[in-house]
Amino acid sequence: MIRIEHLVKSFGPLEVLKDISTEVATGEVVAIIGPSGSGKSTLLRCINLLEIPTAGHIFVDGVDITSSKCDILKVRQNVGMVFQHFNLFPHKTVMGNLTYAPMTVKGLSKADAGKIAIDLLAKVGLSEKVDQYPSRLSGGQKQRVAIARALAMEPDIMLFDEPTSALDPEMVKEVLDVMKGLADTGITMCIVTHEMGFAREVADRVLFLDGGYLVEDAPPDIFFTSPKSDRAQQFLEKVL
Amino acid sequence: MNLDFGQILPSLPFILKGVLVTLQFTLLSALFGFTLGTLLSLLKISSIKPLRWFAEFYTSIFRGTPLILQLALVYFATPQIIGYKISPIEAGVFTFALNSAAYSSETIRAGIMAVDKGQREASMSLGVAYRPMMLDIILPQAFKNILPALVNESIALLKDSALVSTIGVLDLMRRAQVVAGQTFLYFEPLIVVGVIYYVMVMGLTQAAQVLERRMRRSD
Ligand SMILES: Nc1ncnc2c1ncn2[C@@H]1O[C@H](COP(=O)(O)OP(=O)(O)OP(=O)(O)O)[C@@H](O)[C@H]1O
Ligand SMILES: [Mg+2]
Repeated sequence: MIRIEHLVKSFGPLEVLKDISTEVATGEVVAIIGPSGSGKSTLLRCINLLEIPTAGHIFVDGVDITSSKCDILKVRQNVGMVFQHFNLFPHKTVMGNLTYAPMTVKGLSKADAGKIAIDLLAKVGLSEKVDQYPSRLSGGQKQRVAIARALAMEPDIMLFDEPTSALDPEMVKEVLDVMKGLADTGITMCIVTHEMGFAREVADRVLFLDGGYLVEDAPPDIFFTSPKSDRAQQFLEKVL
Repeated sequence: MNLDFGQILPSLPFILKGVLVTLQFTLLSALFGFTLGTLLSLLKISSIKPLRWFAEFYTSIFRGTPLILQLALVYFATPQIIGYKISPIEAGVFTFALNSAAYSSETIRAGIMAVDKGQREASMSLGVAYRPMMLDIILPQAFKNILPALVNESIALLKDSALVSTIGVLDLMRRAQVVAGQTFLYFEPLIVVGVIYYVMVMGLTQAAQVLERRMRRSD
């Protein structure tokens, strides 16, 4: 479970997140949407401390990760992240990408990490790519490997920052399908996305950010049919 | 002008032994220099200001003074200051490593900065600590990018290594001078070692090109 209390994030004088409070229950799938520059990525990156919050608290499974006593590396082991541009390790094979962190961070043996990797690759439908280098993969395949890489750490929470935005249209579906499958496994997911159809179908809740404010926090049927705020209405008119 | 290469023929084995000395010297200097240069480059990108200042200051010292002066200082002043009778080869490797660290740290820093910051973020998001992240993810990619520059730095080291002849290391250059002193022929031994230097530099350049091409193919 994630609880966010009065979260503020500034870059110098620029306040990017303004007093955000919300909760994400265990197993919940939350879609984060909003216009460009509204702070979606920043919010997501605060949850695994890629950005250090300026003020406020974030609790992950009851632990205050904003506390100075908190072990950042421990938090990150439990919170996987998938990036828009995949960020696979280009000098490692698919297998190497998947086993690196489990071996280095958790101290798993090569055999154990390999077993997990093989399993995950089967799940994302890329078993035959195990010995390929990332440069040999299509965008959709890269992103599925990146999802598997994050899952290899067996996190309780997965963060996705526009996982399909850098993909050719015909590859979007294969990635969304993997994510749908993942949503059914009971893992907690926070997804920044522009795929409104996907958000509507898969998310349990939608967070709408605008100008650093959390403007709407509602189930998808309510958000997409009758948003409370003008700004959400305007946004939806533009994107739907 | 009458050239007499025949007269230095007996000295050829003596001169050729210098190839080993020079290569060994260059290799050691490059190895220590690049290692130290990597550490310096990490200081330069550190978020801790005094560490950055130290690294910048260090670099400016070694770039701002003549190498031959640094060499003389290390060789002649070490016994005086710490009472250790440093051997010429030790003084040479030590000075060249420190000097090369200053130059290569700039190159390595640039190489690290050129690695996509997504690589760092991906490592961090997986819970990987700073050290393994640098050693396993960032530096291998950085070194791949700057390999040509490091080869150039090694070539410069190889040529500059002739300076250690001034403190008595029996390298290629020094051996040419010894032979010249014995035979009273200057042109011939100097030309011979000149050709040897040239061949070594060209060999290194070729090897680097092959390596680069092979690496580009693996992309
Ligand atoms: N490291 C940073 N330094 C300074 N400003 C930043 C930094 N990261 C983000 N910002 C600024 O914070 C604001 C919010 O950025 P953020 O990336 O969170 O937006 P976003 O909603 O994800 O937008 P997009 O849809 O374009 O990805 C923007 O104005 C951006 O310029
Ligand atoms: Mg973003």
